[in-house]
Amino acid sequence: MNAIDGYLSSFERVNGSVPEWLTKLRRDAMSRFTDQGFPSTRLEDWKYTDAAPIARLPFRLAAALPVRVDREVVEAASFGVGTRLVFVNGCYLPELSSTDALPAGVRITSLSRVLTHEPVLIEAHLARYANAGHGFIALNTAFIQEGAVVYLPRRTVVPELIHLLFISQPAGEPVVSHPRILIVAGDDSRATVVETYVGSGTSAYFTNAVTEIVLGANSDITHYKLQRESEQAFHVATIEAHQAAGSRLRSYAVSLGGALARSDINTRLDGEGCECSLDGLYMAAGTQHVDHHTSIDHRRPHCTSRELYKGVLDGKSSGVFNGKVYVRPQAQQSDAGQVNKNLLLSDDATIDTKPQLEIFADDVKCSHGAAIGRLNDEALFYLRSRGIDAAAARDLLIAAFANELVERMQAAPVRAQLERLVWSRLHGAAQVEACP
Amino acid sequence: MSNKPILEIHNLHATVGGAEILRGIDLTVQRGEVHAIMGPNGSGKSTLAHVLAGREGYEVTAGTVRYLGQDLLALSPEERARAGIFLAFQYPVEIPGVGNSYFLRTALNAVRKHRGLESIDAMDFLALLDEKMTFVEMDPALVKRSVNEGFSGGEKKRNEVLQMAVLEPTLAILDETDSGLDIDALRVVATAVNRLRNTDHAVIVVTHYQRLLNYLVPDIVHVLLNGRIVRSGTKELALELESTGYAGLEAHGGAAAHAS
Repeated sequence: MNAIDGYLSSFERVNGSVPEWLTKLRRDAMSRFTDQGFPSTRLEDWKYTDAAPIARLPFRLAAALPVRVDREVVEAASFGVGTRLVFVNGCYLPELSSTDALPAGVRITSLSRVLTHEPVLIEAHLARYANAGHGFIALNTAFIQEGAVVYLPRRTVVPELIHLLFISQPAGEPVVSHPRILIVAGDDSRATVVETYVGSGTSAYFTNAVTEIVLGANSDITHYKLQRESEQAFHVATIEAHQAAGSRLRSYAVSLGGALARSDINTRLDGEGCECSLDGLYMAAGTQHVDHHTSIDHRRPHCTSRELYKGVLDGKSSGVFNGKVYVRPQAQQSDAGQVNKNLLLSDDATIDTKPQLEIFADDVKCSHGAAIGRLNDEALFYLRSRGIDAAAARDLLIAAFANELVERMQAAPVRAQLERLVWSRLHGAAQVEACP
Repeated sequence: MSNKPILEIHNLHATVGGAEILRGIDLTVQRGEVHAIMGPNGSGKSTLAHVLAGREGYEVTAGTVRYLGQDLLALSPEERARAGIFLAFQYPVEIPGVGNSYFLRTALNAVRKHRGLESIDAMDFLALLDEKMTFVEMDPALVKRSVNEGFSGGEKKRNEVLQMAVLEPTLAILDETDSGLDIDALRVVATAVNRLRNTDHAVIVVTHYQRLLNYLVPDIVHVLLNGRIVRSGTKELALELESTGYAGLEAHGGAAAHAS
């Protein structure tokens, strides 16, 4: 039985006490997936990332595993404030979640609950945005069962962090989960959502996540995705955002874990005066492979987009950055800026970076730049000449490179956690007593 | 306290990128002394400073350097710094993302650890930093920024002097710290150097002009030419050079005997 048949047979076993519209969506998605299959490296967008290792492994649905909860993992990944939804192996764990004191009308809950109790809330949105694209999206849609819904009625503000924590604890055989997240921000609403993916153990697993973010007029969403899967993990995630007039999206994608991690982050600026910033940080070592594909689609006039992705690649790791910016003919006065900077720490590390601007309007301001460099020898010597040993000096410079990105994050608890994570990733941390 | 000279350089030869720049330097620096090393561009002044600090790419091909009696050339740059050698750079590098204050505290603690002292805590450090910033007349806003990032030329030099004041080196080497400085800043550099001298430490001032020496009276002035010290003398030598230039020395074939 090949992998696609394997998914097909699990698909047929997924029990379906879901609304009819969803059953149809899933069935359509499954047939799209069986047509498309896994993306091949012949596709331009998958040229540098080979999905074959994922296609080869016969993954079982993780939700079939008995749930063991490692509370330490939960607490270590948490921020201690705000709302938290915890998922282990794709299952929602209400006893570890906290959803107190939310403004009237706001829903922050599991997808399965919404599907059971008020599917009408999401019917117009679920799987309406991330519908095309590569086979992994179709596969996720086919297996929509669990995930998170953040629903903000008009003019509501959730001041504290909304944390969606996805933990994988595989037990031996390869397992897959397909988390599905839907964020619907009504007009003039505002919230900050953090998705964390963490994994433990030494067995392989696969996380295939899809997030849809719908931004109403003048809404303001900050979204963090913190990917810290285990070393054996495969992680594929797609974030698809649609922005109405005057809305603002700030996206931060941080990728630290996984054997193979691919993130697609796409936003469509579909009304006048939208703003978006897509920022990302990836750090890879060993034989890790990390790929970010972003797309910003300027479809209306007077929109602004900014993008900064920074990568640190060590060992034999490989990185990919592809940033597309489209400016449609009617999108006059677009202002788009994109930068990708990479730090290669070893001779064997590689990066393929490709900025891609496609501009069809004439009155626009667009810029892009990509840089690949090594640690600055002069800076290293300067630090050493003041008594700081070579390893610590190197770590200081790497952390400084990464922190340019971390410092852009407004949410202080996220920033603090990342400063710690970046620092602890670097060896020789013991020589320096605290983070800069 | 040891009576050994702070620095003894004997027949030092060094190459940079295969080219021989230092061709037999002899120099002895005692406690409490200030030595000025002068010479035209390309004479090897900065190379000597960098060789003493341990810069990679500067290859010592012959000779010895003893620092407080030990083989300096066997030490890594950080070991030299911890042992009390400080190079004030001619062109201090900008290091975005590394906070100036954090950097200085990390450096000070590395040096303190080597001296068997406890780490200085954040509060004590801030008090110390305050005092030293007042001493070098530095804008306090500068220590809150990244190391040298966006600093003017003069601010970078002042930051070097601040680091020297915080680390209190046994041997400070100032590589053209005076170039591009106004009179107020020159006075600060001179005060900082004199403070080290008065505490029995030593300073080597590498300079192109004698201007700094109006504020700072060196014990010995050396003239470096084509990688050798061709003359040594008192501060009057600096004044003489100011009027005659280095051309006269070159006419002697760069082989004049030591005057001191």
